[in-house]
Amino acid sequence: MTVHGRARALGDDVNTDYIISSSRKRATIDPKQLAPYLLEGISPEFAASVRPGDVLVAGRNFGCGSAMEVAVTVIQAAGIGAVVARSFARSFFRNAINNGLLVVECDTASFQEGDDVTIHVSDGQVQVHNETRDITAAGAPLPPIVQELIRSGGLVPYLAARGSLD
Amino acid sequence: MTTHTISEKILSAHCGRPVRAGEIAICRVDCVIGTDGSGPMAIDYFEQMGGQTLFDPSRVFFSLDHYAPPDTPQTMAFHQRIREFAASHGATVFEVGDGISHQVAVDRGLVGAGDLVVGADSHMVTCGALNAFAIGVGSSDLAAAMLTGKIWLRVPETIRVILRGRRPADVAAKDVALFLIQRFGGDGANYHTIEFAGDALPAFSRDDRLVLCNLMVEAGAKAAIFPGPITADPQAVFHIESECDLAEVTPQVALPHAPVNVVPLGAAAGVPVQMVFIGTCTGGRAVDFRDAWDAFMRAGGRLADGVQLVLTPASRDVHDQILADGTLARFQAAGAVLTTSGCGACCGTSGVIPGDGTTVLSTANRNFKARMGNATAQIYLASPAVCGTAAATGRIPEHV
Repeated sequence: MTVHGRARALGDDVNTDYIISSSRKRATIDPKQLAPYLLEGISPEFAASVRPGDVLVAGRNFGCGSAMEVAVTVIQAAGIGAVVARSFARSFFRNAINNGLLVVECDTASFQEGDDVTIHVSDGQVQVHNETRDITAAGAPLPPIVQELIRSGGLVPYLAARGSLD
Repeated sequence: MTTHTISEKILSAHCGRPVRAGEIAICRVDCVIGTDGSGPMAIDYFEQMGGQTLFDPSRVFFSLDHYAPPDTPQTMAFHQRIREFAASHGATVFEVGDGISHQVAVDRGLVGAGDLVVGADSHMVTCGALNAFAIGVGSSDLAAAMLTGKIWLRVPETIRVILRGRRPADVAAKDVALFLIQRFGGDGANYHTIEFAGDALPAFSRDDRLVLCNLMVEAGAKAAIFPGPITADPQAVFHIESECDLAEVTPQVALPHAPVNVVPLGAAAGVPVQMVFIGTCTGGRAVDFRDAWDAFMRAGGRLADGVQLVLTPASRDVHDQILADGTLARFQAAGAVLTTSGCGACCGTSGVIPGDGTTVLSTANRNFKARMGNATAQIYLASPAVCGTAAATGRIPEHV
Protein backbone atom coordinates (compact mmCIF):
# COMPACT_ATOMS: atom_id res chain seq x y z
CA MET A 1 0.00 0.00 0.00
CA THR A 2 1.33 3.42 -0.96
CA VAL A 3 -0.13 6.83 -0.14
CA HIS A 4 1.22 10.02 -1.65
CA GLY A 5 0.19 13.53 -0.71
CA ARG A 6 0.99 17.05 0.39
CA ALA A 7 1.87 17.58 4.06
CA ARG A 8 -0.46 19.73 6.10
CA ALA A 9 1.51 20.63 9.21
CA LEU A 10 -0.18 20.71 12.61
CA GLY A 11 1.22 21.02 16.12
CA ASP A 12 1.07 18.95 19.30
CA ASP A 13 -2.06 17.94 21.23
CA VAL A 14 -4.62 18.40 18.45
CA ASN A 15 -7.69 17.18 20.34
CA THR A 16 -10.78 15.66 18.75
CA ASP A 17 -12.88 18.73 19.61
CA TYR A 18 -10.49 20.77 17.43
CA ILE A 19 -10.77 18.19 14.63
CA ILE A 20 -14.56 18.50 14.77
CA SER A 21 -16.39 20.40 17.47
CA SER A 22 -18.72 18.31 19.69
CA SER A 23 -21.36 20.99 19.27
CA ARG A 24 -21.35 20.47 15.46
CA LYS A 25 -22.48 16.89 16.07
CA ARG A 26 -25.81 18.23 17.29
CA ALA A 27 -26.77 18.90 13.67
CA THR A 28 -25.55 15.69 12.03
CA ILE A 29 -23.06 12.85 12.26
CA ASP A 30 -22.84 12.60 8.45
CA PRO A 31 -19.11 13.15 7.82
CA LYS A 32 -19.74 14.76 4.41
CA GLN A 33 -21.84 17.45 6.05
CA LEU A 34 -19.30 17.92 8.85
CA ALA A 35 -16.23 18.08 6.56
CA PRO A 36 -16.51 21.87 5.96
CA TYR A 37 -15.80 22.31 9.69
CA LEU A 38 -12.67 20.13 9.84
CA LEU A 39 -10.14 21.65 12.26
CA GLU A 40 -12.15 24.87 12.59
CA GLY A 41 -11.00 25.06 16.21
CA ILE A 42 -7.45 25.64 14.95
CA SER A 43 -8.10 27.45 11.68
CA PRO A 44 -11.54 28.27 10.26
CA GLU A 45 -9.98 28.41 6.75
CA PHE A 46 -8.39 24.98 6.93
CA ALA A 47 -11.23 22.85 5.54
CA ALA A 48 -11.57 24.93 2.38
CA SER A 49 -7.84 24.59 1.69
CA VAL A 50 -7.76 20.77 1.75
CA ARG A 51 -6.90 19.05 -1.52
CA PRO A 52 -7.80 15.38 -1.95
CA GLY A 53 -4.91 13.20 -0.80
CA ASP A 54 -3.43 15.74 1.62
CA VAL A 55 -1.59 14.12 4.54
CA LEU A 56 -2.00 15.55 8.03
CA VAL A 57 1.41 15.73 9.72
CA ALA A 58 1.22 16.42 13.43
CA GLY A 59 3.32 16.39 16.57
CA ARG A 60 2.58 14.55 19.78
CA ASN A 61 -0.72 13.23 21.07
CA PHE A 62 -2.85 13.71 17.95
CA GLY A 63 -6.54 13.01 18.61
CA CYS A 64 -6.52 13.40 22.39
CA GLY A 65 -9.70 14.13 24.33
CA SER A 66 -13.07 12.71 23.40
CA ALA A 67 -13.15 9.25 21.77
CA MET A 68 -15.76 10.43 19.26
CA GLU A 69 -15.33 8.54 16.04
CA VAL A 70 -16.56 11.30 13.73
CA ALA A 71 -13.14 12.86 14.35
CA VAL A 72 -11.86 10.09 12.07
CA THR A 73 -14.68 9.92 9.54
CA VAL A 74 -14.67 13.70 9.02
CA ILE A 75 -10.94 13.55 8.19
CA GLN A 76 -11.70 10.85 5.63
CA ALA A 77 -14.70 12.71 4.22
CA ALA A 78 -12.56 15.81 3.75
CA GLY A 79 -10.30 13.78 1.45
CA ILE A 80 -7.28 13.41 3.75
CA GLY A 81 -5.25 10.35 2.71
CA ALA A 82 -3.38 9.58 5.92
CA VAL A 83 -2.33 11.04 9.26
CA VAL A 84 1.31 10.97 10.34
CA ALA A 85 2.13 12.03 13.91
CA ARG A 86 4.86 11.77 16.51
CA SER A 87 2.27 9.99 18.66
CA PHE A 88 -1.48 9.40 18.76
CA ALA A 89 -3.98 9.29 21.58
CA ARG A 90 -4.99 5.63 21.77
CA SER A 91 -8.72 6.07 21.18
CA PHE A 92 -8.11 8.07 18.00
CA PHE A 93 -5.57 5.50 16.78
CA ARG A 94 -8.05 2.64 17.26
CA ASN A 95 -10.89 4.54 15.63
CA ALA A 96 -8.67 5.33 12.63
CA ILE A 97 -7.61 1.72 12.13
CA ASN A 98 -11.20 0.59 12.57
CA ASN A 99 -12.31 2.93 9.76
CA GLY A 100 -9.44 2.13 7.42
CA LEU A 101 -7.70 5.50 7.82
CA LEU A 102 -3.93 5.03 7.59
CA VAL A 103 -2.24 6.41 10.73
CA VAL A 104 1.53 6.32 11.09
CA GLU A 105 3.57 7.04 14.19
CA CYS A 106 7.02 8.46 13.35
CA ASP A 107 9.34 11.38 13.96
CA THR A 108 7.71 14.36 12.22
CA ALA A 109 9.97 17.13 13.52
CA SER A 110 11.53 17.95 10.13
CA PHE A 111 8.26 17.93 8.14
CA GLN A 112 6.88 21.26 7.00
CA GLU A 113 3.70 22.52 5.42
CA GLY A 114 3.50 21.60 1.74
CA ASP A 115 6.22 18.91 1.74
CA ASP A 116 5.66 16.01 -0.66
CA VAL A 117 5.12 12.84 1.39
CA THR A 118 4.97 9.20 0.34
CA ILE A 119 3.98 6.44 2.80
CA HIS A 120 4.76 2.80 2.05
CA VAL A 121 3.13 0.00 4.07
CA SER A 122 4.27 -3.56 3.57
CA ASP A 123 4.06 -6.55 5.94
CA GLY A 124 3.48 -4.32 8.94
CA GLN A 125 6.57 -2.21 8.21
CA VAL A 126 5.91 1.45 7.49
CA GLN A 127 8.22 3.96 5.78
CA VAL A 128 7.43 7.64 5.50
CA HIS A 129 9.45 9.37 2.79
CA ASN A 130 9.57 13.16 2.70
CA GLU A 131 10.40 13.73 -0.98
CA THR A 132 10.88 17.47 -0.58
CA ARG A 133 13.61 17.05 2.06
CA ASP A 134 14.76 13.59 1.02
CA ILE A 135 14.27 12.19 4.53
CA THR A 136 12.91 8.75 5.32
CA ALA A 137 11.38 8.02 8.72
CA ALA A 138 10.49 4.55 9.94
CA GLY A 139 6.98 4.28 11.29
CA ALA A 140 6.13 2.17 14.32
CA PRO A 141 5.47 -1.41 13.10
CA LEU A 142 1.84 -2.53 13.02
CA PRO A 143 0.72 -5.61 15.00
CA PRO A 144 -0.84 -8.43 12.91
CA ILE A 145 -4.42 -7.64 13.94
CA VAL A 146 -3.94 -4.02 12.89
CA GLN A 147 -2.49 -5.13 9.54
CA GLU A 148 -5.50 -7.38 9.00
CA LEU A 149 -7.91 -4.59 9.85
CA ILE A 150 -6.16 -2.25 7.41
CA ARG A 151 -6.20 -4.92 4.68
CA SER A 152 -9.92 -5.46 5.28
CA GLY A 153 -10.66 -1.74 5.05
CA GLY A 154 -11.60 -1.46 8.71
CA LEU A 155 -13.45 -3.25 11.49
CA VAL A 156 -16.87 -3.16 9.80
CA PRO A 157 -15.85 -5.05 6.64
CA TYR A 158 -13.58 -7.29 8.76
CA LEU A 159 -16.48 -8.42 10.95
CA ALA A 160 -18.98 -8.44 8.09
CA ALA A 161 -16.72 -10.98 6.37
CA ARG A 162 -15.68 -13.05 9.40
CA GLY A 163 -18.44 -12.58 11.96
CA SER A 164 -16.01 -12.89 14.86
CA LEU A 165 -12.84 -11.35 16.28
CA ASP A 166 -11.12 -14.66 17.01
CA MET B 1 0.35 -15.82 38.47
CA THR B 2 2.57 -14.14 40.96
CA THR B 3 4.06 -11.31 38.94
CA HIS B 4 1.08 -9.66 37.30
CA THR B 5 -0.34 -6.17 37.35
CA ILE B 6 -4.06 -5.66 37.92
CA SER B 7 -4.54 -5.05 34.18
CA GLU B 8 -2.71 -8.27 33.29
CA LYS B 9 -4.85 -10.22 35.76
CA ILE B 10 -8.17 -8.85 34.56
CA LEU B 11 -7.32 -9.18 30.86
CA SER B 12 -5.90 -12.69 31.36
CA ALA B 13 -9.15 -13.72 33.02
CA HIS B 14 -11.09 -12.33 30.05
CA CYS B 15 -9.08 -13.91 27.24
CA GLY B 16 -8.59 -17.35 28.74
CA ARG B 17 -4.81 -17.38 28.90
CA PRO B 18 -2.15 -15.54 30.90
CA VAL B 19 -1.13 -12.38 29.05
CA ARG B 20 1.57 -9.80 29.64
CA ALA B 21 1.94 -6.14 28.78
CA GLY B 22 2.54 -5.73 25.06
CA GLU B 23 0.56 -8.79 23.95
CA ILE B 24 -2.61 -8.56 21.90
CA ALA B 25 -5.57 -10.24 23.60
CA ILE B 26 -9.09 -10.90 22.35
CA CYS B 27 -11.12 -10.38 25.51
CA ARG B 28 -14.73 -11.01 26.40
CA VAL B 29 -16.48 -7.99 27.88
CA ASP B 30 -18.80 -7.81 30.89
CA CYS B 31 -20.53 -4.51 30.24
CA VAL B 32 -20.99 -2.53 27.01
CA ILE B 33 -22.14 1.09 27.22
CA GLY B 34 -22.94 3.55 24.44
CA THR B 35 -24.19 7.13 24.59
CA ASP B 36 -26.39 9.32 22.43
CA GLY B 37 -23.14 10.78 21.06
CA SER B 38 -21.54 7.49 20.03
CA GLY B 39 -24.57 5.19 19.87
CA PRO B 40 -26.24 6.15 16.58
CA MET B 41 -23.02 5.55 14.64
CA ALA B 42 -22.44 2.29 16.53
CA ILE B 43 -25.92 1.10 15.57
CA ASP B 44 -25.19 1.93 11.92
CA TYR B 45 -21.91 -0.04 12.14
CA PHE B 46 -23.58 -2.95 13.98
CA GLU B 47 -26.05 -3.27 11.12
CA GLN B 48 -23.30 -2.93 8.47
CA MET B 49 -21.42 -5.74 10.23
CA GLY B 50 -24.47 -7.89 9.59
CA GLY B 51 -25.56 -7.77 13.22
CA GLN B 52 -28.95 -9.31 13.92
CA THR B 53 -28.80 -9.82 17.67
CA LEU B 54 -26.77 -8.47 20.58
CA PHE B 55 -24.29 -10.93 22.11
CA ASP B 56 -26.12 -10.57 25.45
CA PRO B 57 -28.83 -7.88 25.69
CA SER B 58 -28.58 -7.84 29.49
CA ARG B 59 -25.04 -6.49 29.19
CA VAL B 60 -25.70 -3.69 26.66
CA PHE B 61 -26.68 -0.17 27.78
CA PHE B 62 -27.25 3.16 26.07
CA SER B 63 -27.24 6.45 27.94
CA LEU B 64 -29.06 9.53 26.66
CA ASP B 65 -26.68 11.92 28.40
CA HIS B 66 -24.96 14.24 25.92
CA TYR B 67 -28.17 15.76 24.54
CA ALA B 68 -30.13 15.97 27.76
CA PRO B 69 -32.65 17.16 26.90
CA PRO B 70 -32.42 17.17 23.11
CA ASP B 71 -33.01 20.69 21.80
CA THR B 72 -33.05 20.09 18.05
CA PRO B 73 -35.01 17.71 15.83
CA GLN B 74 -31.72 16.01 14.92
CA THR B 75 -30.68 15.22 18.49
CA MET B 76 -34.21 14.02 19.24
CA ALA B 77 -33.84 11.74 16.19
CA PHE B 78 -30.59 10.31 17.68
CA HIS B 79 -32.54 9.45 20.83
CA GLN B 80 -35.38 7.86 18.88
CA ARG B 81 -32.93 5.75 16.90
CA ILE B 82 -31.38 4.46 20.14
CA ARG B 83 -34.73 3.84 21.85
CA GLU B 84 -36.05 1.89 18.87
CA PHE B 85 -32.89 -0.18 18.50
CA ALA B 86 -32.76 -0.94 22.24
CA ALA B 87 -36.43 -1.89 22.34
CA SER B 88 -36.14 -4.27 19.41
CA HIS B 89 -32.87 -5.84 20.66
CA GLY B 90 -33.57 -5.93 24.39
CA ALA B 91 -30.87 -3.48 25.51
CA THR B 92 -31.38 -1.05 28.40
CA VAL B 93 -31.66 2.71 27.89
CA PHE B 94 -30.67 5.22 30.57
CA GLU B 95 -33.26 7.87 29.75
CA VAL B 96 -32.85 11.64 29.51
CA GLY B 97 -32.26 12.83 33.06
CA ASP B 98 -30.97 9.51 34.36
CA GLY B 99 -27.44 10.85 34.10
CA ILE B 100 -24.00 10.29 32.62
CA SER B 101 -23.44 6.75 31.34
CA HIS B 102 -20.62 5.64 33.63
CA GLN B 103 -22.07 7.39 36.68
CA VAL B 104 -25.40 5.60 36.15
CA ALA B 105 -23.51 2.31 35.76
CA VAL B 106 -21.85 2.97 39.12
CA ASP B 107 -25.09 4.13 40.80
CA ARG B 108 -26.92 0.99 39.66
CA GLY B 109 -24.17 -1.43 40.61
CA LEU B 110 -23.59 -2.59 37.04
CA VAL B 111 -19.80 -2.61 37.40
CA GLY B 112 -17.95 -4.91 39.75
CA ALA B 113 -14.37 -5.70 40.71
CA GLY B 114 -12.49 -7.56 38.00
CA ASP B 115 -14.96 -6.60 35.26
CA LEU B 116 -13.97 -5.53 31.76
CA VAL B 117 -16.10 -2.53 30.82
CA VAL B 118 -16.11 -1.13 27.30
CA GLY B 119 -17.87 2.16 26.74
CA ALA B 120 -17.99 4.61 23.88
CA ASP B 121 -17.17 7.59 26.06
CA SER B 122 -13.61 8.59 26.86
CA HIS B 123 -14.40 9.02 30.56
CA MET B 124 -15.45 5.37 30.91
CA VAL B 125 -12.09 5.02 32.74
CA THR B 126 -13.98 6.39 35.74
CA CYS B 127 -15.28 2.88 36.51
CA GLY B 128 -11.72 1.77 37.31
CA ALA B 129 -12.36 3.19 40.78
CA LEU B 130 -14.33 -0.03 41.42
CA ASN B 131 -11.35 -2.26 40.59
CA ALA B 132 -12.57 -2.81 37.02
CA PHE B 133 -10.65 -2.48 33.77
CA ALA B 134 -12.76 0.17 32.04
CA ILE B 135 -11.85 1.79 28.75
CA GLY B 136 -13.28 4.39 26.43
CA VAL B 137 -13.61 3.42 22.78
CA GLY B 138 -15.26 4.76 19.64
CA SER B 139 -18.43 3.68 17.89
CA SER B 140 -16.82 0.90 15.81
CA ASP B 141 -15.34 -0.95 18.81
CA LEU B 142 -18.65 -0.47 20.59
CA ALA B 143 -20.48 -2.04 17.64
CA ALA B 144 -18.06 -4.96 17.57
CA ALA B 145 -18.53 -5.54 21.30
CA MET B 146 -22.33 -5.34 20.95
CA LEU B 147 -22.16 -7.99 18.23
CA THR B 148 -19.44 -10.35 19.45
CA GLY B 149 -19.16 -9.64 23.18
CA LYS B 150 -15.44 -9.20 22.59
CA ILE B 151 -12.78 -6.60 21.97
CA TRP B 152 -9.18 -6.84 20.85
CA LEU B 153 -6.79 -5.07 23.21
CA ARG B 154 -3.10 -4.54 23.53
CA VAL B 155 -2.37 -5.40 27.16
CA PRO B 156 -1.06 -2.08 28.48
CA GLU B 157 2.06 -1.41 30.48
CA THR B 158 1.34 0.00 33.91
CA ILE B 159 2.33 3.20 35.65
CA ARG B 160 2.04 2.70 39.38
CA VAL B 161 1.14 5.88 41.23
CA ILE B 162 2.02 5.55 44.90
CA LEU B 163 0.03 7.96 47.06
CA ARG B 164 1.73 8.61 50.38
CA GLY B 165 1.29 10.90 53.35
CA ARG B 166 -1.60 12.96 54.64
CA ARG B 167 -3.74 14.96 52.26
CA PRO B 168 -4.16 18.55 53.53
CA ALA B 169 -7.74 19.51 54.49
CA ASP B 170 -8.08 22.03 51.65
CA VAL B 171 -6.93 19.56 48.95
CA ALA B 172 -9.67 17.74 47.04
CA ALA B 173 -9.33 14.59 44.95
CA LYS B 174 -9.65 16.92 41.94
CA ASP B 175 -6.52 18.78 43.08
CA VAL B 176 -4.57 15.52 43.38
CA ALA B 177 -5.75 14.47 39.92
CA LEU B 178 -4.82 17.82 38.32
CA PHE B 179 -1.44 17.65 40.07
CA LEU B 180 -0.85 14.17 38.59
CA ILE B 181 -1.87 15.03 35.02
CA GLN B 182 0.38 18.07 35.16
CA ARG B 183 3.20 15.74 36.23
CA PHE B 184 2.56 13.23 33.43
CA GLY B 185 1.57 15.69 30.70
CA GLY B 186 -1.20 15.21 28.17
CA ASP B 187 0.32 12.04 26.72
CA GLY B 188 2.54 10.88 29.58
CA ALA B 189 0.27 7.93 30.32
CA ASN B 190 -0.63 7.19 26.69
CA TYR B 191 -1.37 3.47 26.10
CA HIS B 192 -0.76 2.80 29.82
CA THR B 193 -2.89 1.79 32.76
CA ILE B 194 -2.45 3.87 35.87
CA GLU B 195 -2.68 1.72 38.99
CA PHE B 196 -3.06 3.53 42.28
CA ALA B 197 -1.24 2.23 45.33
CA GLY B 198 0.28 3.47 48.58
CA ASP B 199 -0.51 3.89 52.24
CA ALA B 200 -2.77 6.91 51.61
CA LEU B 201 -5.37 4.91 49.67
CA PRO B 202 -7.72 4.34 52.64
CA ALA B 203 -8.14 8.12 52.88
CA PHE B 204 -9.66 8.21 49.39
CA SER B 205 -13.42 7.59 49.39
CA ARG B 206 -15.16 5.88 46.50
CA ASP B 207 -16.15 9.31 45.16
CA ASP B 208 -12.52 10.48 45.41
CA ARG B 209 -11.42 7.38 43.49
CA LEU B 210 -13.96 8.05 40.75
CA VAL B 211 -12.49 11.54 40.32
CA LEU B 212 -8.91 10.29 40.17
CA CYS B 213 -9.67 7.57 37.61
CA ASN B 214 -11.85 9.92 35.57
CA LEU B 215 -9.12 12.50 35.03
CA MET B 216 -6.30 10.10 34.17
CA VAL B 217 -7.60 9.95 30.59
CA GLU B 218 -6.47 13.59 30.31
CA ALA B 219 -2.92 12.23 30.64
CA GLY B 220 -3.70 9.71 27.89
CA ALA B 221 -4.30 6.67 30.10
CA LYS B 222 -6.10 3.70 28.60
CA ALA B 223 -7.39 2.68 32.02
CA ALA B 224 -6.96 3.77 35.64
CA ILE B 225 -7.53 1.27 38.43
CA PHE B 226 -7.72 1.17 42.18
CA PRO B 227 -6.87 -2.10 43.91
CA GLY B 228 -9.71 -4.11 45.44
CA PRO B 229 -10.32 -7.83 45.34
CA ILE B 230 -7.90 -7.78 42.38
CA THR B 231 -4.47 -6.49 43.42
CA ALA B 232 -1.08 -6.33 41.77
CA ASP B 233 1.36 -9.05 42.75
CA PRO B 234 4.31 -7.96 44.90
CA GLN B 235 6.66 -8.87 42.06
CA ALA B 236 4.54 -7.29 39.30
CA VAL B 237 6.49 -5.40 36.66
CA PHE B 238 5.63 -1.73 36.39
CA HIS B 239 6.84 0.39 33.51
CA ILE B 240 7.03 3.46 35.72
CA GLU B 241 6.61 3.98 39.46
CA SER B 242 5.69 7.49 40.47
CA GLU B 243 5.47 8.59 44.10
CA CYS B 244 3.17 11.38 45.18
CA ASP B 245 3.57 12.88 48.64
CA LEU B 246 0.11 14.28 49.32
CA ALA B 247 1.46 16.74 51.87
CA GLU B 248 3.04 18.60 48.95
CA VAL B 249 -0.18 18.93 46.97
CA THR B 250 -2.04 22.25 47.15
CA PRO B 251 -5.28 23.42 45.52
CA GLN B 252 -4.75 23.52 41.76
CA VAL B 253 -6.34 25.15 38.72
CA ALA B 254 -6.07 24.31 35.03
CA LEU B 255 -5.74 27.40 32.84
CA PRO B 256 -7.26 27.72 29.35
CA HIS B 257 -7.10 25.82 26.94
CA ALA B 258 -5.90 22.40 28.10
CA PRO B 259 -6.45 20.32 31.24
CA VAL B 260 -2.70 19.85 31.65
CA ASN B 261 -2.09 23.61 31.97
CA VAL B 262 -2.16 23.17 35.73
CA VAL B 263 -0.78 25.73 38.18
CA PRO B 264 -1.19 26.23 41.93
CA LEU B 265 -4.48 28.02 42.59
CA GLY B 266 -2.76 31.21 43.76
CA ALA B 267 -1.22 31.73 40.32
CA ALA B 268 -4.67 32.43 38.88
CA ALA B 269 -6.11 34.19 41.94
CA GLY B 270 -8.11 37.32 41.19
CA VAL B 271 -9.25 36.39 37.68
CA PRO B 272 -12.89 37.59 37.39
CA VAL B 273 -15.41 34.89 36.43
CA GLN B 274 -18.85 35.31 34.89
CA MET B 275 -20.00 31.68 34.98
CA VAL B 276 -19.43 28.96 37.56
CA PHE B 277 -20.34 25.43 36.48
CA ILE B 278 -20.69 22.64 39.04
CA GLY B 279 -21.38 19.32 37.39
CA THR B 280 -20.02 16.61 35.03
CA CYS B 281 -18.60 13.15 35.58
CA THR B 282 -15.60 14.76 37.30
CA GLY B 283 -17.23 17.18 39.73
CA GLY B 284 -20.96 16.56 39.73
CA ARG B 285 -21.52 14.08 42.56
CA ALA B 286 -23.44 14.83 45.78
CA VAL B 287 -20.29 15.39 47.82
CA ASP B 288 -19.14 17.93 45.24
CA PHE B 289 -22.29 20.01 45.61
CA ARG B 290 -21.99 19.84 49.41
CA ASP B 291 -18.33 20.88 49.29
CA ALA B 292 -19.17 23.70 46.90
CA TRP B 293 -22.01 24.88 49.16
CA ASP B 294 -19.83 24.86 52.29
CA ALA B 295 -17.17 26.88 50.48
CA PHE B 296 -19.84 29.26 49.12
CA MET B 297 -21.08 29.89 52.66
CA ARG B 298 -17.58 30.43 54.03
CA ALA B 299 -17.07 33.04 51.29
CA GLY B 300 -20.18 35.02 52.26
CA GLY B 301 -23.07 32.92 51.01
CA ARG B 302 -24.30 35.44 48.41
CA LEU B 303 -24.00 34.90 44.68
CA ALA B 304 -21.62 37.55 43.37
CA ASP B 305 -23.07 40.18 41.02
CA GLY B 306 -22.65 39.23 37.38
CA VAL B 307 -22.00 35.53 38.07
CA GLN B 308 -24.21 32.81 36.61
CA LEU B 309 -24.07 29.66 38.74
CA VAL B 310 -25.07 26.50 36.85
CA LEU B 311 -25.62 23.13 38.56
CA THR B 312 -25.82 19.86 36.63
CA PRO B 313 -25.94 16.69 38.75
CA ALA B 314 -24.04 13.79 37.19
CA SER B 315 -27.06 11.53 37.60
CA ARG B 316 -30.62 11.29 38.86
CA ASP B 317 -29.28 9.57 42.00
CA VAL B 318 -27.05 12.55 42.66
CA HIS B 319 -29.94 14.93 42.02
CA ASP B 320 -32.14 13.02 44.47
CA GLN B 321 -29.42 13.02 47.14
CA ILE B 322 -28.91 16.79 47.02
CA LEU B 323 -32.67 17.29 46.85
CA ALA B 324 -33.15 15.16 49.96
CA ASP B 325 -30.45 16.82 52.04
CA GLY B 326 -31.48 20.37 51.12
CA THR B 327 -28.30 21.33 49.27
CA LEU B 328 -30.17 21.85 46.01
CA ALA B 329 -32.85 24.08 47.54
CA ARG B 330 -30.24 26.19 49.29
CA PHE B 331 -28.29 26.68 46.07
CA GLN B 332 -31.45 27.53 44.14
CA ALA B 333 -32.54 30.03 46.78
CA ALA B 334 -29.14 31.66 46.33
CA GLY B 335 -29.79 32.06 42.59
CA ALA B 336 -28.27 28.94 41.05
CA VAL B 337 -29.74 27.47 37.86
CA LEU B 338 -30.37 23.70 37.77
CA THR B 339 -30.14 21.82 34.47
CA THR B 340 -31.02 18.25 33.54
CA SER B 341 -28.71 15.55 34.94
CA GLY B 342 -26.21 14.44 32.30
CA CYS B 343 -23.14 15.84 30.57
CA GLY B 344 -24.67 19.32 30.60
CA ALA B 345 -22.59 22.28 29.48
CA CYS B 346 -19.28 20.36 29.56
CA CYS B 347 -18.93 19.76 25.82
CA GLY B 348 -21.35 22.25 24.34
CA THR B 349 -23.97 19.63 23.52
CA SER B 350 -26.63 20.69 26.03
CA GLY B 351 -27.17 23.08 28.88
CA VAL B 352 -25.83 26.59 29.21
CA ILE B 353 -23.39 27.93 26.63
CA PRO B 354 -21.05 30.66 27.92
CA GLY B 355 -21.29 34.14 26.38
CA ASP B 356 -18.67 35.72 24.11
CA GLY B 357 -15.47 36.56 25.91
CA THR B 358 -16.68 35.27 29.26
CA THR B 359 -14.57 33.44 31.79
CA VAL B 360 -15.88 30.16 33.20
CA LEU B 361 -14.71 28.34 36.31
CA SER B 362 -15.79 24.72 36.19
CA THR B 363 -15.57 21.43 38.06
CA ALA B 364 -15.32 19.63 34.68
CA ASN B 365 -12.45 17.73 33.05
CA ARG B 366 -11.71 19.53 29.77
CA ASN B 367 -11.22 23.16 28.90
CA PHE B 368 -10.21 22.98 25.26
CA LYS B 369 -11.00 26.09 23.25
CA ALA B 370 -14.69 25.98 22.21
CA ARG B 371 -15.25 22.96 24.44
CA MET B 372 -18.41 24.44 25.96
CA GLY B 373 -19.66 25.64 22.60
CA ASN B 374 -18.08 29.12 22.44
CA ALA B 375 -14.52 29.53 21.14
CA THR B 376 -14.16 32.95 22.77
CA ALA B 377 -14.82 31.71 26.31
CA GLN B 378 -11.93 31.12 28.72
CA ILE B 379 -12.45 27.95 30.76
CA TYR B 380 -10.63 27.27 34.04
CA LEU B 381 -10.92 23.94 35.86
CA ALA B 382 -10.80 23.52 39.63
CA SER B 383 -12.27 21.65 42.59
CA PRO B 384 -15.89 22.05 43.73
CA ALA B 385 -14.76 24.05 46.77
CA VAL B 386 -12.80 26.50 44.63
CA CYS B 387 -15.81 26.86 42.32
CA GLY B 388 -18.18 27.40 45.27
CA THR B 389 -15.91 30.10 46.65
CA ALA B 390 -15.68 31.86 43.28
CA ALA B 391 -19.48 31.87 42.97
CA ALA B 392 -19.58 34.07 46.07
CA THR B 393 -16.57 36.26 45.32
CA GLY B 394 -16.81 36.56 41.53
CA ARG B 395 -13.10 35.79 41.23
CA ILE B 396 -10.80 32.81 41.26
CA PRO B 397 -9.82 32.68 44.93
CA GLU B 398 -6.37 32.64 46.49
CA HIS B 399 -7.39 29.72 48.74
CA VAL B 400 -10.46 27.81 49.89
